[in-house]
Amino acid sequence: MTTLEHHDYDVIIIGAGGAGMRAAIEAKERGLRVALICKSLLGKAHTVMAEGGVAAAMGNVYEEDNWKVHFRDTMRGGKMLNHWRMAQLHAQESPDRVQELEKWGALFDRTKDGKILQRDFGGHRYARLAHVGDRTGLELIRTLQQKAVSLDIDVFMECKVVRLLTGDDGSVTGAVAYWRPTGEFVTFAAKAVVLATGGVGKSWKFTSNSWEGTGDGHAVALWAGAELIDMECVQFHPTGMVWPLSVRGILVTEGVRGDGGVLKNSEGERFMFNYIADMFKAETADSEAEADRWYDDHTAGRRPPELLPRDEVARSINSEVKAGRGSPHGGVFLDIASRRSAEVIRRRLPSMYHQFMELAGVDITQEAMEVGPTCHYIMGGVRVEPDNGATSVPGLFAAGEVSGGMHGSNRLGGNSLSDLLVFGRRAGMGAADFAEGRAGDVPKLEESLIRHYIDEALEPFTRDEGENPYDLQHDLQEMMQTNVGIIRTGPELDEALEKLEVLKERVNNISVKGGRAYNPGWNLATDLPAMLTVSTCVALGARERKESRGGQTREDFPKADPELGKINFVSRQPAGGGFNEEIKISPEPLPEMPDELKALLEEAPK
Amino acid sequence: MSDVVMHVWRGDSNGGDFEEYTLPAQEGEVVLDVIHRIQATEAPDLACRWNCKAGKCGSCSAEINGKPRLLCMTRMDQLPEGEPVTVTPMRAFPIIRDLVSDVSYNYEMARKVPAFLPPPRPEDGYRMSQIDVERGQEFRKCIECFMCQNVCHVIRDHEENKGKFAGPRLFIRYAELEMHPLDTNDRRDLVRDKAGLGMCNITKCCTEVCPEHIKITDNAIIPLKERVVDADFDPVAWLGRKILRRTKRTPQEASVQPE
Repeated sequence: MTTLEHHDYDVIIIGAGGAGMRAAIEAKERGLRVALICKSLLGKAHTVMAEGGVAAAMGNVYEEDNWKVHFRDTMRGGKMLNHWRMAQLHAQESPDRVQELEKWGALFDRTKDGKILQRDFGGHRYARLAHVGDRTGLELIRTLQQKAVSLDIDVFMECKVVRLLTGDDGSVTGAVAYWRPTGEFVTFAAKAVVLATGGVGKSWKFTSNSWEGTGDGHAVALWAGAELIDMECVQFHPTGMVWPLSVRGILVTEGVRGDGGVLKNSEGERFMFNYIADMFKAETADSEAEADRWYDDHTAGRRPPELLPRDEVARSINSEVKAGRGSPHGGVFLDIASRRSAEVIRRRLPSMYHQFMELAGVDITQEAMEVGPTCHYIMGGVRVEPDNGATSVPGLFAAGEVSGGMHGSNRLGGNSLSDLLVFGRRAGMGAADFAEGRAGDVPKLEESLIRHYIDEALEPFTRDEGENPYDLQHDLQEMMQTNVGIIRTGPELDEALEKLEVLKERVNNISVKGGRAYNPGWNLATDLPAMLTVSTCVALGARERKESRGGQTREDFPKADPELGKINFVSRQPAGGGFNEEIKISPEPLPEMPDELKALLEEAPK
Repeated sequence: MSDVVMHVWRGDSNGGDFEEYTLPAQEGEVVLDVIHRIQATEAPDLACRWNCKAGKCGSCSAEINGKPRLLCMTRMDQLPEGEPVTVTPMRAFPIIRDLVSDVSYNYEMARKVPAFLPPPRPEDGYRMSQIDVERGQEFRKCIECFMCQNVCHVIRDHEENKGKFAGPRLFIRYAELEMHPLDTNDRRDLVRDKAGLGMCNITKCCTEVCPEHIKITDNAIIPLKERVVDADFDPVAWLGRKILRRTKRTPQEASVQPE
């Protein structure tokens, strides 16, 4: 065996978006040896795509706001499938995390009296999102990046982790990765590992996710023996671009609606008034006049239905299009041009203005945008201990989109950036505690297993004839879009699972050409096993959860089932699993919420 | 629609050449879409860096018909019709493969910037006015595409200058910190002596290519140059800063990273 590049660390963090960087900062400040490993260059992670803001009940705009209201909004938005403890910690701690960013150099937009300005967003009772125009994610990632750089954290850029390693006792020992620029393998031994790899959206055809969203963290965790929960809960963001085709799926921030934009069908009707679910009737306006009063003064009317949680809005758009009242390219109209001045639109939504002007030739200060649902976020993920991000595999932690539980069956806009900060920090602390408590130096790695994983990753080079990985990816995306999309049925899910088995067979016949250095075809070939694993978990969960709740909509079970609302669906494999191995799924009860928190939920809205 | 002809540079540090690809045109496509179609069909090993495909991450910088552009924000229908489209990697950086260049120089320069250092947070939080944060916000729009670095003639054809020249991307970082309402570090000597601010002779090439339309030269580099000069030669300005503004830390103190 040729000598591999090898590194020892106390804590390695896989993924350098908001959660990964926040975890790394936390562990590094404890004086530990920390490495941050990411598939792209530092600062390019999907967090930069977050536009609207970071939700934190600071009460700068509405002093009535506090963590209890944020907790209630989050639980209701998630249709009560959230882990109560995560929702509680998140609501309580996000104000501190936002203020901490300011201490590290972030420049948020300001209120008149110089505090951090907060904007309205779907599902949040008060204006709650700290923001920088419509590029809040960039501000967050740059601030964390600059903080990480100032702490001199070791960063392994363009380095893809293919597998986690575990010891005889089941605890995590390290990871196997390769450098994308050279294709050379590298191993890491670590006392603790934090997964912060983000989402899975690249398995769908129309998605806001970049090439990186292949579910690497979900998959390596499952293969290492960790549990995934509620993977069927996938968020389709209501407003993605639909035209031109090549940009279909690119996100249009919810801030457009928060700042006054409305949804209209081809008949010019503000159709969202027809889709207000019972759960939200008491706090949603029932006329345009009332809704419009609300923008200026939240006490003068109830919230506009355009600002219902994302699952509600996405399903409504889907229904309008299905009923033949869609826009020319299969979406609906999002109109802010007729409601706000060109100057306000350009100041509040500069990126959206730019994006539509450059990519679609549409001036959003003059005409309506065409928008439709796009695969955006997975609420399901690695099951973790709320307080420290620990998974069921000792030494393995997870935070951010890769973890599950925080958002229940549907995430509110703005709760993702705050999730990253709150639980990134907590997972960093959890990993640091574990590393400090782990006896001896870094664990020993098993050479034969490393060699096996490397051979597995290199296999596509050994076949002269075989399938192009891009064809396989294309077929997977088409199938997931059709069979496991926004509206699902039992027979379609059965078919999806059959087709996934066929796709798994085809992975074993992939052939890639060229060398190992910066070879995107090969890189994709190494992403596909993870994509197939997570897609299978999503389809399995969607088939088992025979109800409609948040990001899981079953045409054959259109109502929420109160009994299933108390259930997590948990996916598992034995340690040392893989994409070819069977995934077992079982229902397990949600943790019981303490009475004092239950009381917060029952409180009538003001 | 007709066909598009792409001339894409293929190779590595040992050299390379243009490869021609002909594909059917499709409505509304950007250059990156066409590159992706080439990858999905003829050349799965064609190296190209990208992420967000929405002009927000700055990964897909390259040179299109000799001009630095983001591949994801350049529409095919904006390029001369009927002519081949030439795509090459950014030229100022070492090549890794095909369209991917080694941009680590920029990350090394970023490591040399002393961190932001605010005063302790008051009980009810920091207060800043919108107009004061907007100056810094302009520079924080930067998506780190490094195209300003790529066109800067101080380094584009002068590898030897890289060690002592931070480049426009980092000058806006220095300017942002210098203008931050809360920062207490003084980096002016550093930006002159170690970051090579004086080597810039304001040809504005950087400003012209910025996809975020940041006025790099006018709003960052020139004010920085003025402040550096002030620091050396203007006793009134020096006294004024002492009296009217919070005290900044000395450059020696500033060059030490805070705990």
